[in-house]
Amino acid sequence: MHPFNYVAAKSVDEVTKVLAKHGDRARCLAGGTDLLVQLRAGVYELDAVVDIKTLPAANVLTLNGSLRMGSAVPCHRIYEDKAIAKAFPGIVDGASIVGGIQIQSRAGMGGNLCNSSPSADTVPGLIVHNAECVIAGPKGKRSVAAADFVTGVRRNVLKHGEFLLEVKLPKPDKGFGAAYERFTPRNEMDIAIAGVASSITLGANGKVKDAKIALAAVAPTPVQAKKAEEFLIGKEPTAANIAKASELAREAAKPISDMRGTVEQRKHLVGVLTRRTLTKALERAKEAK
Amino acid sequence: MVEKVHVRTTLNGEPTEFLVYPYQSLLETLREVIGLTGTKEGCNDGNCGACTVQVDDRIVDSCLVLGVEVEGKKVTTVEGLATPAGLHPLQQAFLEEASLQCGICTPGFLVASKALLDREPKADEHRIRHWLAGNLCRCTGYDKIIRAVQKVGATSKPARATAAQATAKRRPAGARK
Amino acid sequence: MVATRKPATGRPVNGKHNYKVIGTRPIRHDGLDKVTGRAIYGADIKLPGLAHGAVLRSPHAHAIIKKVDTSRAEKLAGVYAVITGADMPKADNREVDLGEGAANLKWASNNVMADDKVNYRGQPVAAVAAVDQNTALQALGLIKVDYEVLPAVRDVREAMAKGAPVILSGLVGDDLGKKVKNTNMARHFRHEFGNLDEGFKKSKLVVEHEYELATVHQGYIEPHNATAQWTADNRVTVWTSTQGAFAARRQIAGILRLDDSRVKVIPLEIGGGFGGKIPVYGEPVAAVLSRKCARPVKLLMDRKAVFESTGPTPGGTVKVKIGVDAKGKMLAADADIRFESGGYPGSPVGAGAMCVFAAYNIPNTRIDGYDIVTNKPKSAAYRAPGSTHVAFATEGVVDEIAEKLGMDKIDFRMMNSAKEGTRRADGPIFPKIGHEECLAAAKNSPHWKSKLVKNGPNGKKRGRGIASGYWFNIGLKSVVTISVNTDGTAALVEGSTDIGGSRASIAMQAAEVLGIPAEDVRPVVVDTESIGYTDVTGGSRTCYATGYAAYNAAQSVVSILKERAAKLWDIKSNDVDFKDGVFFNKSDAELKLTFKQLAKKLDETGGPVSATGSVDLSAAGGGYGIHIADVEVDPETGKTDVLRYTAIQDVGRAIHPSYVEGQIQGGAVQGIGWALNEEYFMDQQGRMSNSSFLDYRMPTTLDLPMIETIVLEVPNPIHPFGVRGVGETPIAPPVATIANALYDAVGVRFRQAPMKPGRVMEALAGKK
Repeated sequence: MHPFNYVAAKSVDEVTKVLAKHGDRARCLAGGTDLLVQLRAGVYELDAVVDIKTLPAANVLTLNGSLRMGSAVPCHRIYEDKAIAKAFPGIVDGASIVGGIQIQSRAGMGGNLCNSSPSADTVPGLIVHNAECVIAGPKGKRSVAAADFVTGVRRNVLKHGEFLLEVKLPKPDKGFGAAYERFTPRNEMDIAIAGVASSITLGANGKVKDAKIALAAVAPTPVQAKKAEEFLIGKEPTAANIAKASELAREAAKPISDMRGTVEQRKHLVGVLTRRTLTKALERAKEAK
Repeated sequence: MVEKVHVRTTLNGEPTEFLVYPYQSLLETLREVIGLTGTKEGCNDGNCGACTVQVDDRIVDSCLVLGVEVEGKKVTTVEGLATPAGLHPLQQAFLEEASLQCGICTPGFLVASKALLDREPKADEHRIRHWLAGNLCRCTGYDKIIRAVQKVGATSKPARATAAQATAKRRPAGARK
Repeated sequence: MVATRKPATGRPVNGKHNYKVIGTRPIRHDGLDKVTGRAIYGADIKLPGLAHGAVLRSPHAHAIIKKVDTSRAEKLAGVYAVITGADMPKADNREVDLGEGAANLKWASNNVMADDKVNYRGQPVAAVAAVDQNTALQALGLIKVDYEVLPAVRDVREAMAKGAPVILSGLVGDDLGKKVKNTNMARHFRHEFGNLDEGFKKSKLVVEHEYELATVHQGYIEPHNATAQWTADNRVTVWTSTQGAFAARRQIAGILRLDDSRVKVIPLEIGGGFGGKIPVYGEPVAAVLSRKCARPVKLLMDRKAVFESTGPTPGGTVKVKIGVDAKGKMLAADADIRFESGGYPGSPVGAGAMCVFAAYNIPNTRIDGYDIVTNKPKSAAYRAPGSTHVAFATEGVVDEIAEKLGMDKIDFRMMNSAKEGTRRADGPIFPKIGHEECLAAAKNSPHWKSKLVKNGPNGKKRGRGIASGYWFNIGLKSVVTISVNTDGTAALVEGSTDIGGSRASIAMQAAEVLGIPAEDVRPVVVDTESIGYTDVTGGSRTCYATGYAAYNAAQSVVSILKERAAKLWDIKSNDVDFKDGVFFNKSDAELKLTFKQLAKKLDETGGPVSATGSVDLSAAGGGYGIHIADVEVDPETGKTDVLRYTAIQDVGRAIHPSYVEGQIQGGAVQGIGWALNEEYFMDQQGRMSNSSFLDYRMPTTLDLPMIETIVLEVPNPIHPFGVRGVGETPIAPPVATIANALYDAVGVRFRQAPMKPGRVMEALAGKK
């Protein structure tokens, strides 16, 4: 690969300076589990990588009702934290299945978001938790909803000189529950053929106050099944309604046929996974009331 | 012009320094620069675990870590498992249980298994399989590897809380390391 | 989720014997080096002045090479040499005997470095030697190749279709003895016995189906490596991970147009092969690079190249038709086997034909086999090559017939089982074989006797399947030399590269004869200048043939030692007896010496003692396996989990039971991967899309249960200890076993492998 320099960043300014200087010939290095593979395959040709694991602000992991995760925080720190696992099981679902243990020692949600692959396992969970992405750049900080972060295959909202600093999840409402599930032919070390995250917020009357459903691997970007969400809001969370919502989610899926799966298979799986995650989210929502 | 970087680390318990290009992986660093060839390359893209080493208290695929990243860290490879006193119990168990055939995946499995038993000595079969799913073996079908890990686990003492677990208990939720 | 169950302990069901060493489980002699990282595998070799090489490979599946411009690469700082097909010695168009199949040298040369044309995506077109790996890779990017892309022939059907592009213009096909030009069909042969039409006419029930399998790869974790040094005296030294140093030497020497003796192959430890490391790839290229830059050159393949450029096992189609009478007796069987050989001829279709009906006694049979060239990497052997494919077909048809007749699956097979004296459907008469014993053991096994609840949790469906498999095993040539040390140990020198613990098994056989512990025989695997010609570690021949050579060498050592004892006791050597490691004076019971004691006296009785055993075995003992699988299918996703798996196999004699069990477990798991997920996914242009371990899905620890083994010993009459060979048979049954289990679970007969979730989903949807 093209020889590049390595910068162990100590401040946010340092990162934005290097990124601004090199443009698309510099990238952040967090876990490296996507970047190094891509560099070897020639997807990118870089002059510099900026290690944000050495940046304290990118390693924040605090739970205060709300959750702040620095963009360099590896998955294992998230799911091994008992308090986070209790408060945000729907996030832990995604964090605990990215690759195997070795990958989870390094890979994190930040990198997963910035890699912006359609099959990213942690992104749908962030979307259904109403996560906010804090971006740092030469002009300061700005926020973008996780749902708007990924804009295309391997494309996102980051501009010249910007990088993802952290992801914030608001404190879940009472009666909130979420879950993520994906389908893979092997039990681990695999990539989603289709993935679905669902969240349900139950109102005091037991009806669905809010619902979010985000799909992975069935469109160029993670996609929200808005019609399915709208259908559920205001309704009883019955099996029949969940089934109907799952059907509507299927229609939101716009997959392609490739080596990992066919259109029919992926759409079918979206229906199955939506039903399963809505059911699980509902269980968790009831426990959280 | 990209120049080599001087890195200082602790490798298998010994202070070690080396010069490496920033773009060289830890795997390449170990094998080509330092000359420890016990860690193997199987795929170079994080899908087989043959290159598994331990960095601080975590196992990683060394093909996906840059050599420069281990500055100031502790690295353990298969060469660091035995001591002058003898083999690590896992190494002995692998030999007794015939847990290797061609042996190319063995260093990765040993480092990964050791990391598991260090924190969860009483891991059951499912947990062992889950932990080791990032290590591929094509020769054994895994059976005898799992049995060797179980054998060592059965004879070891239950863990005191590891440092990380103890810290997590003491640290209020939200505090950073 | 894998069900957790108490692991079975698995002891061999021993044929009776009184062996002291055979049947025990010593720690293998090379084990310590392998668990400490000290063992040197091919990629680990370090040499002074070593250059690092890289290979440029064709991006197209089928193309003419119009021009290769290496000028910019040659100018890059740090580049020592660049070569193309023009630099390769022009090899003769002659056959070379590799033991495990012949190789045409011109095609073998083109396979390692193309000159005018590429026949598969990944075929080498140029190579570079440079100061380091990164520079070599950068240099590749500076080589410009002009291709004229041709339409790709992607499978056997496309290859045989009218108007298909002809891949090898010089190929003269052999169609049942008739020569055919302008074809992709390299060979069509037939085995025919009895009267097929009569047999089917008399049959009460005839079942016929076609089965199709995707191309799969051996999947060894160690990529290919080759280090070569061409010295000024026109000799080449090669360090490599190979399944056969001598076979490698012959190929390399042939391609380089050198006498065999000018090439020295030093086999380093090898990280898996399964047949895939019998052909050479980088060795001749590294040698030519070395000659050009006067340095040793190391070539390491990356994983993508391993998938795209080295021989997988063929995909293809197998049609099987079997007719039975009212009682279930097989009367007639017909098979049509079509394997793709890849870009050059030589698929294992012949071997498939030997196996397709080998489990059964059928009076009227016909087998047609086709070796068909396609635009894929040249196929290589993969563990009992061909047997998995044909078992998928035959055992699917057998399962269906048994079901239609309402017969027990094992009883039906037993009624038709091949045994000693049966004619195998390609001609040879079986000596003592163990299929019936395997069937009986299957019937009595805890697994078969256990109850399987058909409905799993959450709507999942469970099923059980059983299938039979066979591999003929081979013998061929091996040489072993044993030298006695004066401390009572013995050095054993052999040429069989050790992929799975064979050096220990060979040492154990020598130890048994010498009457000393296994640890006291120190085996070493050496290069082509240090031992006599030894055929490949493959064909399940190593424990059998090299073990036999070790036995012979040990017997010769014993003879010499008897003479030495006779000298000491001043008697004739035939008055000396040897039993259980002790030399006796027949006429004076007080006079005896242990091996160790006698060894101390070598210097005073004539000096060093050393003997060589050499074998060339034309026959071997075939091995049968019966596998049983319980699967659980999620009808909502098509995902199949294996809940329980038992592999029963007749190994003749288990020299080291742990490694015998390990071979069986490993082969079974490869077969499970083959059945459920593994395949070469080809795009429209004939390129493999999934050339990584992410999307080429081999089973992980989390995808499997423990693999129970039942090891049977029906001794092979040829071998002194009864060894048959164990390594290959276990990959024959699994794909059929899983297919039969899936049928039991969801009522669909799968005739396409892999039986991946998408396919299962489609089949279930179609069923509704």
